[in-house]
This record gives sequence, C-alpha cells and structure tokens, in this order.
Amino acid sequence: MSRARLAGMSAAVFVALILTTPLARAAVKVQEVVSAKGITAWLVEDHTNPIISVNFTFRGGSALDPDGKDGVANLVSATLDEGAGDMDSETFQRRLEDLSVSLSFSARLDTFSGRMRTLTRNRDDAFGLLKLAITRPRFDPEAVERIRSQVLAGLRRASENPRRLANRAMFQTMFPDHPYGRHTDGTFETVPVIKIADLKAFVARRLARDNLVVGVVGDITVAELKTLLDTTFGELPATAEPWEVPDVTAAATGKQVVIEKPIPQSVIRFGHGGIKREDPDFYAAYVMNYVLGGGGFESRLYEEVREKRGLAYSAFSYLSPLDHSALIIGGAGTANAQASQTIDIVRAEWKRMAEQGLSELELKDAKTYLTGSYALRFGSSPRIAAMLTGLQLENLGRDYFDIRNSLIEKVSLDDVNRVAKSLLRPENLTLVVVGQPENVSAN
Amino acid sequence: MMFRRTLLTAAVAAAAWLSVLPAAAEVFNPKTFTLDNGMQVVVISNHRAPIVTHMVWYKVGSADEPRGKSGIAHFVEHLMFKTTKNLKSGEFSRTVARNGGRDNGFTSYDYTGYYQSVAADRLGIVMQLEADRMRNLIIDPREVEPERLVVLEERRSRTDNSPGAKLFEQVNAALYLNYPYRNPIIGWEHEIRRITAEDLRAFYDKWYWPNNAVLVVAGDVTVDQVRPLAEKYYGVIPQGPGIKRERAAEPPHNAARRVILRDRRVRQPSVRKRYMAPSHGYGDKQHIYALQVLSEIIGGNTGALSKSLVREQKLAVSAGAYYNSDGIGPSAFTYFASPAPGVSMDKLEAALQVEIDELLKSGVTAEEVARAKSRMSASAIYARDSAGRGARVLGAALAMGQTIEDVESWPERIEAVTLEQINEAAKAVMIESNSVTGLLLAKRRS
Repeated sequence: MSRARLAGMSAAVFVALILTTPLARAAVKVQEVVSAKGITAWLVEDHTNPIISVNFTFRGGSALDPDGKDGVANLVSATLDEGAGDMDSETFQRRLEDLSVSLSFSARLDTFSGRMRTLTRNRDDAFGLLKLAITRPRFDPEAVERIRSQVLAGLRRASENPRRLANRAMFQTMFPDHPYGRHTDGTFETVPVIKIADLKAFVARRLARDNLVVGVVGDITVAELKTLLDTTFGELPATAEPWEVPDVTAAATGKQVVIEKPIPQSVIRFGHGGIKREDPDFYAAYVMNYVLGGGGFESRLYEEVREKRGLAYSAFSYLSPLDHSALIIGGAGTANAQASQTIDIVRAEWKRMAEQGLSELELKDAKTYLTGSYALRFGSSPRIAAMLTGLQLENLGRDYFDIRNSLIEKVSLDDVNRVAKSLLRPENLTLVVVGQPENVSAN
Repeated sequence: MMFRRTLLTAAVAAAAWLSVLPAAAEVFNPKTFTLDNGMQVVVISNHRAPIVTHMVWYKVGSADEPRGKSGIAHFVEHLMFKTTKNLKSGEFSRTVARNGGRDNGFTSYDYTGYYQSVAADRLGIVMQLEADRMRNLIIDPREVEPERLVVLEERRSRTDNSPGAKLFEQVNAALYLNYPYRNPIIGWEHEIRRITAEDLRAFYDKWYWPNNAVLVVAGDVTVDQVRPLAEKYYGVIPQGPGIKRERAAEPPHNAARRVILRDRRVRQPSVRKRYMAPSHGYGDKQHIYALQVLSEIIGGNTGALSKSLVREQKLAVSAGAYYNSDGIGPSAFTYFASPAPGVSMDKLEAALQVEIDELLKSGVTAEEVARAKSRMSASAIYARDSAGRGARVLGAALAMGQTIEDVESWPERIEAVTLEQINEAAKAVMIESNSVTGLLLAKRRS
C-alpha cells in the first residue's frame, strides 16, 4: 500500500464523507400492537429466521424490596422459572429445554424484566410457559431453598471479586439513606430471612398490566401477537400496588473508601451525581462523556491513563441514569503503587473537561462515532427486543430509532461545555479503591 | 461496560459460547474464494441491519510462540494498533471511530484476530486500514515499553487479582505436560517482562502474511461486493513464505494430578476435574461429536450432574460439565461443582467421582441422547440470528485448520451420533491418569 493512497484518507475527508447513517429500514420498523384487553407491545416483524424474541419489563424493581429483605426481587427473578402451574421445577425446566425455549428474569433497581426466545414452531407452548411463570409460579420450598443457596453462593463469590466489591461500595456510599444504596442481590443478612410469602407478595403486587411494557422481535405477525398478548399477560392484575421511591441526589461528599484486599492491582471506582434520561441536556452530557471516558480507545481517560502512561488496561466512564436519581461513574485498575497517580489523573481530566470543555474537532468526532455506530446495536433479535422495552420505559416514542441520530447531531459545542461545567465536580467525586493502594487513604 | 483492545479467548471463555453454538450447518451459508496470494475470503450475508463485521484471522496464536517467550502473540496484537508505515499510533482506531465503527483484537491459543464493525458502506475504508497493518507495522521500542506495562496490568486484572483465574492457569499447566497450551495466552509475567522488540518483530514477520490469514466479512454485503475490494486491498500484498505450524505433542499421561490453590479471599470453594480430550485437530477425532452430545446430556441445567448433585443429593449449589471440540491441540472434558453450605469438599469430590464412575458403568440413555440432539439442532437455528456469530465461528474454525464443510455439516454429524459412540467416547476419555483435579479452597486461618 502506498503512502499516497493513505494520504487521501485524512481525517477531514472521512468526516466530510459521513452523513447520519440511516437506520430506517423495513427490518426495524416499529409497530404498536394493542390487544383486545388493552395490552400494548412494540413489535419489529422480521421473518428472516423462524425465531421470536420477547422482552417484557415491569416498572418497579429492587429499590422496592421491603426493609430488611434486600434481595426479594432478585430471588423472585431466579425462582419464577422453577416450577409453575402443575409442573414442579424439574418438569418445568425440562419442558423449556425440550422446546428449546430460553426464559429468564432479572431484577434491577427500577425494573423487573423477563426475556424469552423461541422457535416459531413452539410459539404457543413457549408463551404458555411464560404465562404460567408470571401468573402461577409455585415457589415450592425445595426450589426456593436451592435457589437461595445459589444466591448466597453468588454473594460469596462476589465478595471475592474486587470489581463487584467496588461497585457495591460506590452505591452504598453515594446513596447512604436511600433504597438505591441497597444491594439488588441482597446481603448475607437479608437473603436468609426472605420468606416464600415475600416472594408471593412480590408477584401479586408488582407484576401487573399497568406497569408492563413489552417488546417483540421476529417471526410473528401483528394479529398473532395481539392474541398472544391477551392469553399471556391478560390474567395479570390490572394494576400494580402503588409505590413510591423518593427522588435523591447522590451524596457529594468527596468521600474516599478503601477496601483492603491482598491483591496486586487496585480496582478504582469514582463518581458523583449525573443527569437523568429525560433531562433536555442528556444528549449533551452523553456526547461529553464519550470524549471523557465513554469512547473506548478514543477517550481522554483512556489516552491519559493507558496510552500515555501505561498505568492501566482499562479506564472509562459512563452515565448511569436512574428513575429517581442519576450518576456518572468511572473506573480503572492499576498496580497498587500507582493508584494515587491514577486517581490524580482522573481528577485532572475531570477538572479539565469542566473548565475547558471539548474542542470543535472532538465534538465532531464524537458525533460521527455516536451516530455512525448506532446501527451496530441492532445486531440480534434479543438486543432489539430489549431496546423496544427501553424506549417505552423512557417514553421515547416509536420513531426514536429514526430520530435518535438527529438528537445527537443537534448538540452544540456550547451545550456540551455548559453541561460539562455544571455536571463535573472533581471535588465531589466519591472514590472507592479495592486492593492495597499506596498513598491512598480513606477519609 | 466494555474494555476492549484485546480479549483473551481462553479455553473456558470459548467453551461458554461454543457449547451454546458449536458451529452450525445450513446456518451461515457462507460464500468463499481465495486470492492469488493465498488469502482465503469468506462472506456471510445477513441483511438485518446496514452493518458489516470485517475480520482478519491470522493462523497464529500463543501456542506458536517460541519456548520461553510466552505472551508474544498477545503483545503483537496490542502493537497492531500502534504505528505503521502509513498510520500514526492510535490512528487506526481513531479512523474506525470517525467512521462510526468499533474495532478490537483478540488472541487465543491457536489464532489472533482483528475486527471492525461499521456501516456497510465503510467496508472499503476498514479493509484498507486492516490491509495496511498486515505488513507495514513498525515495532518501535518506545511504543513497546509503555504497552508492556498495559499488558502487565491486563494480566493483573484478568489473572493475578482472581484466585479462580490463578488456579485455572495452574491447572492448565498440569493438564498439558508438553503441549504449549500449558502456557497462558497472556504469558507468564516473568516472560512478558523479557520479551524484546526484536522478538516481537520476528514473530510478526514470520506469521503476518496473506497466505496465513483468513478474511471474513459478515453482514449487509454480498460476495460480489467483497471480491473487488478484497482484491484491491489484500490482493496486492505479496505472498509470504510457506508457513508450517509445529507443535510439541503430549507424552503418555501416566499419573493423575491434583492442583490445590488456597487463598484467604475464597469464600465459595469449587472443584474442577479435567480430562485431556481429543479435538478437531488432535487425538481420536472420531469421538469429538459424541463428546459434544455427552456434555449436553450431563452438563445442562437439568443435566444428569446437576440433577443428582444439586437437586437430589443437595451437595452442591452448582454442578455441570463442558467440552469444546475446537483446537489444533488437545482439548479437555471438564466437570465442575461448588459445594452447598456445610458440605465438605472431600464429600463433594467423592460424590462427583461416583457420578463419573456411574456414567462409565451404565452409560447414557436413549432418551437423554434424543433430547440432547433435539436441543442442539435448535441451537443451530438460533445461531443465524446474530449478525456476528457466523463470522466468529467460521473464522475460528478456518484459522484452526478446519473447513467450511466441517462447520456446515455440524447438525448432520451431531444427528448421526449414537448412544454406543457416546459411551465409547466417555470410556476413551475419562481415564484417571488423563485427569487433573483442581481445587479452589479457602485458606485456613492460622
């Protein structure tokens, strides 16, 4: 290859070539399907393969776990597929396996979700099993105790894992007096005291039609889905029990937490309050974070921590909006002796971004990447199904896939720099270090 | 969160997705042709979204490193993102990002790969970039030193910070007495520290040639679109010298081994028993499909092992088995279990052995075989769904010396497996002297 040919590939030429990549293709046309009983799903029909992927989410998650019973939603999520109707755990699981249906549930702070994937030929049986799991779960003592001991084993494993420890400590420190500071998986104290009645109460109160959103992708028609929505979800109670999670701002105390562990590499997490998804400045913050630490190999944190100094294998930041709060969180892992230097660099980059913002070129590059790469998220049916429920949860509109890139394009340099200035507060960063960091102490 | 630039595809990680999808027939329907310089090209069309995945797989991995220099293959992969004759350090990834694409590399025992995912109309751009670094990499000692620190941090992050990963490394070193799979893909720390720029250059110059590479393009593209681009960018690179991969072979295994790691951080102990096993590239290949069905039978959620140890005897919180037929060198059939509270490791290990012995004595049932085969055939259909999966499966297979036919005929081969073959394969592999038992234990407080 000649140098001349590559010279033609200068950055300026690339950028000029780039227009917002159109995603609008028949393959991702989003249809709204409303059943006779009024259950709504968003559907992307795709008959290329004989496969159907379903994602369904109930608003209200582990932040609603009863006091002293952290981990209820999570334990439900692991036990719903352990027997339902007249099938005990083994019968139910065998049935799923024999139909090659995958069905699983998960709890997060604000949501309780399920996902199912089936071959078209087993469609009705698959939806039938899903319905049984959410409407007639058995919670047989044998199954609950078995899953409980698996959850506790998971907690023991998490306690060996510095990244998990650091993430837990971050939320605990930033939300000291709020359900967001609790652990979705529960604790060694709470998981053992959860009763079967708690699991049943969760299902009765939380799984309802008015807090449900559904996304479906694949080999199914509108008419077929309409019927299946009613047979699958129609027997759920009309309304979930009312709930309230207070809005909260992450503690901005500049606290430093050190968790001593005999490991050669310090795992570092840092963060403070962020920006909510519905905030009009969300997109500006999103672009800003791409440049700060969200942009893979291109971010400033990556450049300063890894490329220039070889201090870490990874250095990153991300926005974490919640229903009732928001965070910006980052992390890195570095040899214990370099922990304090790495932290200094993070703080300096936080400050530089707040004070100086982005350059025109950085903004341009960020937009090009963020708009151009959007299509890459549409790589498989389960991912698209999850995106469909995500749009509904965030009230983003059925045309969002088509307009999203224009929202990124609209962000101006002034927007980004204004948001950077108001959002980033290096002095407020909560810091958690797991390991044996040198010259870093708790405060 | 993702941290990229280099995934290490260790055997376990590979097994995780390959057991879900051990490749699949009539699934990917690839088209293939070979450039005049010997570079094979594979195209898999999938028009779901206007994107393509462009991958170049080099037929070289950590098992091809010179003795005493473990970690070179992975180190070279890191440097592939640095300076070339035409690009400044970091410019590769920056250009991909400026085209709205993502890129990364990965290293395994048997292959090293690089990929970019981009909008379909950017294929030529990433191809030009990838073709450039096939022969134009400049290995500058000033770039080697900081990258060495990054690699050492990567090693700490992946291995040294995790008792389980440390044990896995030691178990592998015990499982393979002579075959280079005994060395970790990322390398031993003391050897990573000693790799020189000359070592890296020699390795690159030996292996990075078009006739030692496979190009895979998957997504919203046709073979007719790929061919002229491949000829333009890769076709002009001269063919390299003929390359033969030479690997040391295993001597007979005459003694079972036990490897025990005690760490005071361990709160959930576990046991893993690994038997060296044949693969596509090594040993008694007639067993490899039978072993896949066997692992499906005993390894799954309602598999025989979990059913007995977790559900019925309540000795374990988790138990299973896995096997991966991929590899130029010997693979392993692995059992694992982690104890329920109050159950001693001795008791669990004994119960696991009873299960293995019982399997060898009584064999599997016809019903178990039929159920497993049915699930496996469904997995081949699911495999079509993901845009990138065909590229990964075919690229890995070809880089390890298998053929497209091997991948595409997978469902038929699985369907043809008989109960007798499974029982025979189990007896051939599960021989005590072929095994390593790895125990991850809490350190006793003194």
